[in-house]
Amino acid sequence: MPLLQVEDLHVAYGAIRAIQGISFHIEAGEIVTLIGANGAGKSTTLRTVSGLLRPMQGDVLYQGRSITRTSPERIVKMGISQVPEGRLIFSSLTVLENLEMGAYTRKDKNEIRDTMKQVFTSFPRLEERRTQLGGTLSGGEQQMLAMGRGLMSRPRLLLLDEPSMGLAPILVDEIFEIIKTINAQGTSILLVEQNAAMALSVADRAYVLETGRTVLEGDAKELLHNPEVREAYLG
Amino acid sequence: MRKLSLPSWIPTLIVGLIVFFGVLYARDNGHISAYRYQIFQIAVIASISALGLNLIYGFNGQFSLGHIGFYAIGAYSSALITKDYQMAWSGSRAGALAWMMAGQFGIIAGLALIRMLRLDRLRRKITQSTSSYLKEHETRMVCLLPVLFIVAAVIGLGVVATLGAHALLDPGLNALVEGLSDNVARNVIFVLAILNGGTMAALVAYLVGLPLLRLGSDYFGIATLGFAIMVFTGLQNSDMVIDTMRGARGMVAIPTWTTWGWVMATFALLVFLMRNLLRSSHGRAMISVREDEIAAQSMGVDVNQLKTMAFTVGGLFAGVGGALYAHLYGFLHPSTFNIIRGFDPLIIIVLGGLGSMTGTILAGVGVVVLIEELRVILPQGFEDWRFVIYPIILLLVMLLRSEGLMGTREWGWFRTPVPPERDIPLSTRQPATPATAASSEDV
Repeated sequence: MPLLQVEDLHVAYGAIRAIQGISFHIEAGEIVTLIGANGAGKSTTLRTVSGLLRPMQGDVLYQGRSITRTSPERIVKMGISQVPEGRLIFSSLTVLENLEMGAYTRKDKNEIRDTMKQVFTSFPRLEERRTQLGGTLSGGEQQMLAMGRGLMSRPRLLLLDEPSMGLAPILVDEIFEIIKTINAQGTSILLVEQNAAMALSVADRAYVLETGRTVLEGDAKELLHNPEVREAYLG
Repeated sequence: MRKLSLPSWIPTLIVGLIVFFGVLYARDNGHISAYRYQIFQIAVIASISALGLNLIYGFNGQFSLGHIGFYAIGAYSSALITKDYQMAWSGSRAGALAWMMAGQFGIIAGLALIRMLRLDRLRRKITQSTSSYLKEHETRMVCLLPVLFIVAAVIGLGVVATLGAHALLDPGLNALVEGLSDNVARNVIFVLAILNGGTMAALVAYLVGLPLLRLGSDYFGIATLGFAIMVFTGLQNSDMVIDTMRGARGMVAIPTWTTWGWVMATFALLVFLMRNLLRSSHGRAMISVREDEIAAQSMGVDVNQLKTMAFTVGGLFAGVGGALYAHLYGFLHPSTFNIIRGFDPLIIIVLGGLGSMTGTILAGVGVVVLIEELRVILPQGFEDWRFVIYPIILLLVMLLRSEGLMGTREWGWFRTPVPPERDIPLSTRQPATPATAASSEDV
């Protein structure tokens, strides 16, 4: 049974249909990436999985159970955590408080502390800045904070929405190294990226989206060398 | 590191006690007139109400113009109770109290029942079972019928619960009032009246907030303004329902029981509650809703629930403030609660700093005392100029310090406790230490 299975998903914003039939799945332990141009429906898919949007049609199954009608709070508790596009950190809270917000659905203080230690091991920069306000961090640090905050709920599946957005190339490399490390520690990852080359190089499998539909899927390394993909997304 | 490790509550408590005993001492020894003594009470009452609005707008980010409405509800509902104790306008001395408590019980019981019935689940079941042969709008019509029926039944049950609670409470409370010595009974009634003023306002805030908080922030502001106007109009015509409220003529003969001691005790209790609420995980979640709703939602925060919670607690503060105000002059008039006065708490919190309890308290006391002192300072015949000078001061403050006096900073006990070093989990890696010391210095 796959960890997450999305079947024939249709999502609309009012009259505008953003997604018209997307299907994909993630096995436990995988990094799966959705690539595609602006407006292909990548972020909409993520938001539907995390419960922020409701589909018109289709189903999202998590560990075999449908979560299309589950509230975002319960979905976080079930083990899916989203790192939203544009990072959206809480700028007037300190780094420490931001991380504590990530553990909002958890109660055991000692366990939360342990998770925080792990997050600090993955992101030493956050530990150095732990009493600083979130808004005073640099873009790369904010991305790290957003990811660390997402990990604080101890997810089985981490949804990453454009983690490389607006970052200097050297930071992008660093972020993707961290993504690999997080995955190696046992968290499955669904990665949405415009930087297709980078995403394909870390992912196990990939799906190519175009105007709300899945047009291509396969092994990430193979897609990296697929002439069509190279032409359209890798330049 | 810190040189002095005095717990932060000690200086705060000392300042509070100095202010409390200072005003008492000054009054007893004739340093301040009875008039100024009243002004100080108004100032603290204004701070209480403004703190409630700061919770809603400053900390939770929901722009509300309806705060004065909750203040009015607290004032009038508590006044009805204490006036009843003195004049038995309802027929018995605790009649109004019993009805009000029973009514609140009935409403809460009804709300709890609706919650337990899970109407959304019922609707989903109907939708699922009829979706194959009905269109979407037809399904909605089909859902409406059982929902309306259930709501009607729940209202009926709520009325029954109210009557039942009243039948139990009325003799009990009346016996209590008659049985206790006059002095004790008076204080008990006063405490219950203040509490009731707060809970009535909180309950109305909850009911108003449920539908309105779904609106976006600006729309919510306008909708709450509408609420404040409704309350104002209702009060002007209140004599049609309860004669003793006297509508536009103003409610008279309310016992003047509010004293500096009552005001400060209530203030201390509420400040204590609010500070601890804000420093709890709920409080942090409220702030996160202000910062970014989508991010808060993806952290697993139930955004609607927290907005409702902030709005309800904010309403409670306004209600308690109103209750204290009602018993200060012993006279209530709808014009005190018109929408222009409704901007007072908003001015106070913006001036003090949105998201700062310290700022609200300072600005609340400052604004009230300033307006009244200007009356004394200005030469005879120029008293009305205080509403020229006061706005100029407001303009200057906003131009020079647009984030308000305190911004989001707090003083003393109100500050977020920085966790002691041992509580910050340090990873086991070694090299972090020198960099840590460097970065904590430039904070």
